[in-house]
Amino acid sequence: MTVVYKKSGMLTDAPFHYCPGCTHGIAHKLVAEVLEEIGAEGNVVGVAPVGCAVFAYNYFNCDMQEASHGRAPAVATGIKRVRPDTVVFAYQGDGDLASIGMAEIVHAAARGEKITVIFINNAIYGMTGGQMAPTTLEGQKATTCIYGRNPEINGNPIRMCELISTLTGPTYVARAALCDPANVRKAKKMIKTAFEHQLNKKGFSFVELLSACPTNWGMTTEQAVDYVKNDMQSIYPLGVFKEE
Amino acid sequence: MKQLMKGNEAIAEAAVRGGCRAFFGYPITPQNEIPEYLSWRLYEVGGCFVQAESEVAAINMVYGAAGAGARAMTSSSSPGISLKQEGISYICCSRLPCVIVNMVRGGPGLGGIQPAQSDYFQATKGGGHGDYHMIVYGPNSVQECVDIMYDAFDVSEKYRVPVMILGDGMLGQIMEPVELPEFKDLSKLPRKAWATYGDNKGKDRQIINSLLIEPDVLERHNHLLFDTYKEIADNETMCEEYLCSDAEIVLTAYGTVARIAKSAVDILRSRGIKVGLLRPITLYPFPEKAFIKVAEQDCVKEFVCIELSMGQMIEDVKISTQMKKPVKFYGRVGGNVMTPEDIVKFVTEEDK
Repeated sequence: MTVVYKKSGMLTDAPFHYCPGCTHGIAHKLVAEVLEEIGAEGNVVGVAPVGCAVFAYNYFNCDMQEASHGRAPAVATGIKRVRPDTVVFAYQGDGDLASIGMAEIVHAAARGEKITVIFINNAIYGMTGGQMAPTTLEGQKATTCIYGRNPEINGNPIRMCELISTLTGPTYVARAALCDPANVRKAKKMIKTAFEHQLNKKGFSFVELLSACPTNWGMTTEQAVDYVKNDMQSIYPLGVFKEE
Repeated sequence: MKQLMKGNEAIAEAAVRGGCRAFFGYPITPQNEIPEYLSWRLYEVGGCFVQAESEVAAINMVYGAAGAGARAMTSSSSPGISLKQEGISYICCSRLPCVIVNMVRGGPGLGGIQPAQSDYFQATKGGGHGDYHMIVYGPNSVQECVDIMYDAFDVSEKYRVPVMILGDGMLGQIMEPVELPEFKDLSKLPRKAWATYGDNKGKDRQIINSLLIEPDVLERHNHLLFDTYKEIADNETMCEEYLCSDAEIVLTAYGTVARIAKSAVDILRSRGIKVGLLRPITLYPFPEKAFIKVAEQDCVKEFVCIELSMGQMIEDVKISTQMKKPVKFYGRVGGNVMTPEDIVKFVTEEDK
């Protein structure tokens, strides 16, 4: 019998704790497959965030460090500086990366740390139960803006790819959406390019993945995917923002 | 051969010789000479230096580097150390060896930039959230800073507990002759089985983590930490006793203040007053046995605790002496430092 598809060896056998319809599982799979394809096995350290992906250290089949909230890029910096030939990645959500960890992500990018950051943008705080995120869309409901995000009261969403790509240090900045097979394939290609930038010691690489959170959005999985495809993409356009 | 060095620079050089190969810090007075020195020095020995965007980032870089098996350290001063506390709590729970230097300045708040000892509680009682301690040293000279820093990584790695060197603005800025030790041979250090070198695969993979979500697991981990602290107390406690055997009054002080107190002891002795000095060198673990031993001497009538604070170490003195003798307090704050004569005056006038 010919094996045409199997689970990546860079994932452990631990069952994911993610909710039905959540796209963290797809994101994990893509990162794991890319790590395997670039031959990083046995030479990689991952950094998990605080948030829904806090248990990522149970899922990626490699040495892992669990960072405090928002500090994954600083932790990754520490690892990479003492192990410059090791592949180092951070996996962060929007509250972690674009709110409490804004300083760490911007400065790791500005320094051109040769790390790869995977940024899951689902426009909500998932782990804590659906509070407004820095990336929550205008009008989007959350438990701390129950009538929908009102810029007068709640401020405006932050576009991380656009922000990061203004800096000199990053050499690859891209945004994909995990909303259908074609876009998932594009996302994988971007993740692979990002890790190749690290392998070639080019500079800081960053991939944002627009992701679904049906549980905290109060949607069916189908509605959530449509929300990523239509509503989110109108604010967060897909594409490569920087490539050097 | 002895050479004249500033406290901060001597600590930095001793760190390099003791095996430090990664430094992450953020500027704050009065410790800036440490990052300034290491910013060029570490690259001479194949190490790395990063000026972080904040103290918060710096301590998390230490977490990453120490977790990856390197000998990593940071330094700061009081407000900056406050910012590091969350990271220190994570480091302690994750059992990562590292060294943190605090050149204490007056507080609270932005406070001042002159010497103080007002971070004693923060340093010795935990400082951040949760039940934990660091191994805390209070050196009293540039040479003692060098000696403690030189062995700090060995001690920290032995117990997987971070070491804090608690100095003050004066110790960081003062210049004194020091003897620098030889470089430690890092090639002889064993591989750290728990570290994320990146080459551990499958079942051997390592996780640096402080999330222990099962109550029983977290409880066991707390007990493990405190079993380690007991072992440290048994093995590493350090204290200097000066003329205590016949003393009626025992001064107690640490760090820079202990040197001022020692001068006061000599002055008082020359006047025929029987005074001694008990100087804790480890502030955590506190040298409880040395204190109770002296407190139980019949000749001892009282203790005088002298600090650059409103009275912090005095609590440990009272606990350790089990209040067998009265403990008086003399302190200066705000960056003001007492003279030996101030102490002499306090002791003689209080005794009238």
